Amino acid sequence: MSNQKPNVLPSPPIEIDRRAFFAKIGLGSLGIAAVGTAGFAYQFLSPNVLYEPSPIINVGKPENFAVDSVTLDASSGIYLVRASEGFFALNAICTHLGCLTAWNQELGIIACPCHGSKFKRDGEKIEGPAPKPLPWLKTWVSDEGDLMVDRSTDIHPMQYLRI
Amino acid sequence: MPGKTEKLVQQIQQNRVYRSVFRSGTGNSPLHRALAIQQNLFLHLFSTKVRTRMLKFSSTWYLGTLTLGTFLILIVTGILLMLYYHPSVPQAYADMKDLQFVVSSGLFLRNLHRWSAQAMVFLVFAHMFKVFYRGAYRAPREFNWVIGIILLLVTLLLSYTGYLLPWDQLAYWAITVGSNISSAVPIIGSKIHFLLLGGNQVNANALLRFYVLHCVILPLTAMLFVAVHFWRIRKDGGLYVQQSEPRVPAPPLEALPAKEAK
Repeated sequence: MSNQKPNVLPSPPIEIDRRAFFAKIGLGSLGIAAVGTAGFAYQFLSPNVLYEPSPIINVGKPENFAVDSVTLDASSGIYLVRASEGFFALNAICTHLGCLTAWNQELGIIACPCHGSKFKRDGEKIEGPAPKPLPWLKTWVSDEGDLMVDRSTDIHPMQYLRI
Repeated sequence: MPGKTEKLVQQIQQNRVYRSVFRSGTGNSPLHRALAIQQNLFLHLFSTKVRTRMLKFSSTWYLGTLTLGTFLILIVTGILLMLYYHPSVPQAYADMKDLQFVVSSGLFLRNLHRWSAQAMVFLVFAHMFKVFYRGAYRAPREFNWVIGIILLLVTLLLSYTGYLLPWDQLAYWAITVGSNISSAVPIIGSKIHFLLLGGNQVNANALLRFYVLHCVILPLTAMLFVAVHFWRIRKDGGLYVQQSEPRVPAPPLEALPAKEAK
């Protein structure tokens, strides 16, 4: 060994051989491609535009509803209730598995035909497999004087709309 | 005249075209019989030789074969039903009614499809009970049992996705309830629900997605796993027969040859 280049460090030992290096590169690229494919598939399968009915429903003039009446709008799945305290809207879709509930006038309860859940008129759960009460929905009066309900916005119970 | 017919059959079998199709050739020797199975694309999944004990009714009650039979009926009748069915709202319901009352033999094909579907679910369960109580799931057939579980799930999903296609009240509410069950999955439940239905409610997108799942994705999945299932029967030593079961437990890990030192 000559003394001319004493400062040159010995080359570090090769810890990875050529084959393992390319295997890592290959597996890494495949992993990235798999994540990309999963993201691509997820985005493709989620529709960006839905041709579903609007969540905001015009239920008509307030005077059409008698005091102490419960009116089911089956097509939109809501109850419009006029209590002595005022108006409120309930989601009529059972919180158990999504069936449409029905108002029973004689018993004064809301009942689900699928699995027997029962609710009071204000949405409170009486019995049945339903885990939660029927939610109250945002309700207001439009500029034209119509009652409006937003199915997609829940509010805290007992917030009556007084007109 | 049997002599003449035999001669004709022989002539056909020795024909160059026939020999180009059936490569194993003619003959009745054990070798020829084995080759007829082994060299056939469809039959080579199965064993070339089978013990007569395995083919007895009491060994299997033929439940697996019967399940395959219902599956084949479902494929044939399903393809025919597809010729008259549009997976769109509200056309789907009208098409289903047309199949029942207007299309020649439509009622027969639809009912055959429906009853075969019921029978297939029943037979799958019966097959699994038979396998379970005979202990045929044990080594070396554990993995084929797992494949069988996958096939059970695919069968149930086929049944479930087919439920929506008539687009009647029963279908609508059954899928509403069923798809809401998927919302119960923690964290990603509502996402799964959204992807499954292609929206927030059972609608045109849901009908189309269930149609594609029912007619393309799930049948192809089933065929793939059925092929593996049959192939594994041969690889795992043929159909299970109690008396001939070799008592060879899976080798313990220490017994496996040690990895070569670098």
